[in-house]
Amino acid sequence: MNPSELRQEIDRLIESADAAQAVRLLAELWRGDNTNSAASFLVSRYERLRPKLNLLPYRLSILRSFTVEPMLPVLRAAAFLAGLDLTVHLSDFNAHVQEIIDPASALHRFSPGAAILAVQTRDVAPDLWRDFSCLTAEQVQEAIDRVTGEFRAWMQAFRQHNQAHLIVHNLEQPEVPNRGALDGQSSASQSEAIGQINRELRSIAAETGAYVLDYDALVSRHGRQAWHDERKWLTVRLPIAASHLHHMVEEWMRFLHPLAMKIAKALVVDLDNTLWGGVIGEDGMAGIQLGPEYPGAAYQEMQRALLDLHHRGILLAVCSKNNHDDAMEAIERHPGMLLKSSHFAAIRINWADKAQNLREIAAELKIGVDALAFLDDNPIECQLVRAELPDVFVIDMPREPMELARAVRVCPVFERLSISAEDQQRGAYYQSQREREQAEQSISSREDFYRSLQQEAEISPLTTATLARVAQLTNKTNQFNLTTRRYNEQQITAMVANPGWNCFSIRVKDRFGDNGLVGVAIMHTQDAICEIDTFLLSCRVIGRTVETAFLSFLAHRAQAQGARQVQGWFLPTGKNAPARDFYSSHGFTVVKRNGEATLWRLDLSHEVPQCPQWVGLHIVDGDNG
Amino acid sequence: MTSALLEKIRGIAADVLEVPAAQITPKSSTETVASWDSVHHLNLILALEQEFQVQFEPEEIDRMTSVEAVLSVLEKKRTRAGS
Repeated sequence: MNPSELRQEIDRLIESADAAQAVRLLAELWRGDNTNSAASFLVSRYERLRPKLNLLPYRLSILRSFTVEPMLPVLRAAAFLAGLDLTVHLSDFNAHVQEIIDPASALHRFSPGAAILAVQTRDVAPDLWRDFSCLTAEQVQEAIDRVTGEFRAWMQAFRQHNQAHLIVHNLEQPEVPNRGALDGQSSASQSEAIGQINRELRSIAAETGAYVLDYDALVSRHGRQAWHDERKWLTVRLPIAASHLHHMVEEWMRFLHPLAMKIAKALVVDLDNTLWGGVIGEDGMAGIQLGPEYPGAAYQEMQRALLDLHHRGILLAVCSKNNHDDAMEAIERHPGMLLKSSHFAAIRINWADKAQNLREIAAELKIGVDALAFLDDNPIECQLVRAELPDVFVIDMPREPMELARAVRVCPVFERLSISAEDQQRGAYYQSQREREQAEQSISSREDFYRSLQQEAEISPLTTATLARVAQLTNKTNQFNLTTRRYNEQQITAMVANPGWNCFSIRVKDRFGDNGLVGVAIMHTQDAICEIDTFLLSCRVIGRTVETAFLSFLAHRAQAQGARQVQGWFLPTGKNAPARDFYSSHGFTVVKRNGEATLWRLDLSHEVPQCPQWVGLHIVDGDNG
Repeated sequence: MTSALLEKIRGIAADVLEVPAAQITPKSSTETVASWDSVHHLNLILALEQEFQVQFEPEEIDRMTSVEAVLSVLEKKRTRAGS
């Protein structure tokens, strides 16, 4: 279909109320065309489809020193396709300072999920940008101190009034330094001065819990000269050329994907013409292309990109139509393979339907199908997966093998803005999980199995070292999560600062390895009632009685602090069925209903849950902080 | 050539101004299309620049306030570019 036929077909589908197919075609349109024209079309059609789609509402503020209005349709279109219904608040031109420092400003009243602070070098540091040649060394240093001081003040003030995520553009270098080639010859250079501000920005961001968007790197990636349109800057204050507007938007989406949890936890890859060139079943070990020389180098680059994802905590899995033994031999023995079978958390090499294989892989990895990304060179397979499993993120396969690695690296669903020790070890956890499951099958009674695990649980109050992981778990745990309340680091810190509030985390080790920090509980006690605000466990340890050990700790602690009752809500979602019977199986009874939600209570004078004898419990003393 | 070009411009204007393509004629202008305000004008200019891979001069942008004016500016630009 040509673009205008595609548009007509989309409108026909909307008329006939086929929202799912309309969205598939809108995505197809966007894959071939991300201009402002297509973006406006997408936004207006999504507006009509919105009631039928399960979109996540998200509020974004943009505090800016330049025109961003023409990027908004592109941003909203990209967000819609990512499953986000974006509402954007724009600050007035150069009004970001007032908006940030005034607690009653439109920015703070808007209560965004995230805010972007986009200020240009030429606006915040005009002296460093255009008058550098006239400045003495002292004046340069003064300018650096002034600019970093301003950023620090803005970011601290933002944090004081707002718990939203804050994304700060760093400062770009000029296309041509004021002093030309001379700028490269000394450390007292323009590029060094701007670089110093950017280095400082990184540490201010760390202090204030903000994220840095490397705008300078973005501009240089696309070429400084091509990025800018000086005429538009001088006439309408739009510094970015029409052809690069969508690149700015894509960069913003790299932050919105992880912040709104629109991410893939696992990437499922095909083998032939994806991990190596050629077809193993036909070309054999000696015939496939994989090695340091062209064309095999393209596939090694691809494998390096996958290794990078693995180290970022993203699980890798194989789904390939092949004879199992041929393909496994290539994976395990081909000298060009950088990935080994131990890098794959699940492997499906068979002739079955790929959609069915993907469902099984998701179940095996204990993640939702919507947490899968899929890469396959066969457009038929991609089409099948798009049609049968629309929640799977299907990566656009480039025609040219040399572009494969890049296609994986630029996928926004693999972006992470912080990384915990758990993330880096995730691949290994899944391997020991497979061994655990084999052990479970070979032991007859549940109790024997629990005993054989030799579990050791360590419960500790919130610390600065655990805060990032605790916040991460509240945001990504869907299954064993009683209330599914999402909190960021700032919100958790603010919560536990209140009297009577506590946050605990649990780490679990067993004979197969360390599972890391896998559970979080947040509770508050008032008038002899302890309420569990949040109770969640990573799916890694579900069904091994760790939840009972954790609850028993909470109940004993509440009792020691004078509580006579423990209560907590169960708020059902589409995904937390594994936690539904948690309170009832631990002696709690329903005392209140609110729609689907139920409030459960346990009288501690009557019964206190006990820690299972096969779980060794270690309590780390201390208060939150 | 001109009619193919006109069709493309009509399609882009319909997308950006959020009106059905059938309602866009060569005579459509900032006077006749209610949604063609300054924000949508900039959006339309950028969409045209993206589609035809050109950059308009500020004077051209000021002139392009109707579909036929857009067509005439684009035709001149393309003749000059030798395509």
